[in-house]
Amino acid sequence: MTNQPILKVTSVARNFGGIVAVRDVSFELAAGEIVGLIGPNGAGKTTLINLITGVYPANSGSIVFDGADVTGQKPFQAARRGIARTFQIVQPFPEMTVLQNVTAGALFARQSGSITDAVEESREHLKFVGLADLAETPAASLTLPNRKRLELAKSLAMRPRLLLLDEVNAGLNPTEISGALDLIRDISARGITIVIIEHLMKVVFSLSHRILVLHHGELISGGLPNEVAKDERVVEAYLGSKFAERQRSLSNNG
Amino acid sequence: MMRRLTVPYVLFSIWVVVLCMLPFVESSYFVHLATNIALFTILAQSWNFIGGFSGYPSFSTAAFFGLGAYAGAITQNMGLPMELAWIFATVLVSALAALFGFILLRLRGHYFAIGSIAIVEVLRLAIASATDLTGGGNGMNVRFLPGGPEYVGMVFLYTMVGLMVLVFALTVWVDKSRFGFGLRCIRQNEDAANMVGINTNLYKIFAYVLSASFCGTVGAIYASWTGYIDPTDSFEILLTLKVPVMAMLGGAGTVIGPVLGAAAFSLLEEIFWANFLEYNRAILGVVIVILIFFLPRGLLNLDYHTLHRRLRHNAGRNPREPSE
Repeated sequence: MTNQPILKVTSVARNFGGIVAVRDVSFELAAGEIVGLIGPNGAGKTTLINLITGVYPANSGSIVFDGADVTGQKPFQAARRGIARTFQIVQPFPEMTVLQNVTAGALFARQSGSITDAVEESREHLKFVGLADLAETPAASLTLPNRKRLELAKSLAMRPRLLLLDEVNAGLNPTEISGALDLIRDISARGITIVIIEHLMKVVFSLSHRILVLHHGELISGGLPNEVAKDERVVEAYLGSKFAERQRSLSNNG
Repeated sequence: MMRRLTVPYVLFSIWVVVLCMLPFVESSYFVHLATNIALFTILAQSWNFIGGFSGYPSFSTAAFFGLGAYAGAITQNMGLPMELAWIFATVLVSALAALFGFILLRLRGHYFAIGSIAIVEVLRLAIASATDLTGGGNGMNVRFLPGGPEYVGMVFLYTMVGLMVLVFALTVWVDKSRFGFGLRCIRQNEDAANMVGINTNLYKIFAYVLSASFCGTVGAIYASWTGYIDPTDSFEILLTLKVPVMAMLGGAGTVIGPVLGAAAFSLLEEIFWANFLEYNRAILGVVIVILIFFLPRGLLNLDYHTLHRRLRHNAGRNPREPSE
């Protein structure tokens, strides 16, 4: 990778009281990549996202986004710089309509621009995620898959360069997941760098160009999906022996 | 939504005309009542910025009202012209509100409410103990405006109504602006608001200052109007409770709600004072409880549209059901 990385995380750490949630994590993201961030429950994946977006300050280490040091930034600053995220538990503005929710993203992630322009632009994003028909519905009355779509549309309206997806597929059925995957690929095709946290192995491995594995707050492995799947530390920490055996037999047969 | 806004404008205009006509058709009692209603309308509209749009239950109305009253009275007694004293009070209160807001708005929900009410007590005690400057518990007199009670009554009525129109215009602006949009986002989900790029702290402080500054002006005008203020009267806890109730009665976070609520509440209160002198507070309390129970979102939101939606909502509580 000769290009400058869009995100460079160096030795970042964060603890809550005596519990170390993220320990000495370093990685880089190249522009346009889809990177899967995996790890068992409590591995520190969401905390890492929270550190990148400024929800919590890091106790040590540095975060450089697009050449600028953003280590101590606040979430609203991250948003304005072009880092958007979705939440594991969706966070809509419940009483607002779907359209207004997306408008909030379009309006505030940039310093200027009128509400009317933001509304117009938001309609495009709603069309993109397939919610155009529900534009005037209150966000609180959406079904779960639609709320996830709304989260995506809201993030996209922020015109991010880096999009952090925290379990966008959790709670969706297989049909809904495949729809969500197509969406994520389309977003990636727009040149947006994507980090995706995901529990469903099939999803991460089919989607990601590269995988990072967190365990007990430490980055224990990273690389191409099939390399990571064979990594013994990852197998031990996360995937379990059954999955590893199946992988092995598959590669032997193939 | 934008279309429906014309109705509030018309209602408000009629209301302003009614208030302004009172000196010509009715006794001084009604002029006094109208001035009082305008006063409470300004306070309720002010509260609406922080309590309605941003959803922060502030109880500091009386703090800023009392502070404004004293700032106005003291500077006026020192020789400052009345209008300049009002402006001085507004500026001073705004500056202090920015300071208090900077500290207080780190708290949320109940904690913020308690913190905001503490400001009232702290300021009341501070004013009461600064005997040299404020006269302490004895209160202080402010020079009456010359010209006879009828003329003075009209001056204060028109000043209050003028200010009420100004704050209404400001509310309309906030309602339509990017700023107001941001405040609504904060009310509904502050973390998400921050995450889409809203500088939530700055927005909240600005809303808090906006809600305080006109309380300061009104306090100063009140001091000039009544000619006498004391700490208990100026920093009255009841005032700090009444104003949010008014705004919520009408519909918090709406443009016309606080105007409607302040008018309805003041008129109710007047009726109860006149007819049930001994039990009026008790009756008022019952009225408040009834209103909160049956009109949790205010008179304004009691329209066919919401009623219809609520009925549908109750009829089929199925979250998977598509609802157009």
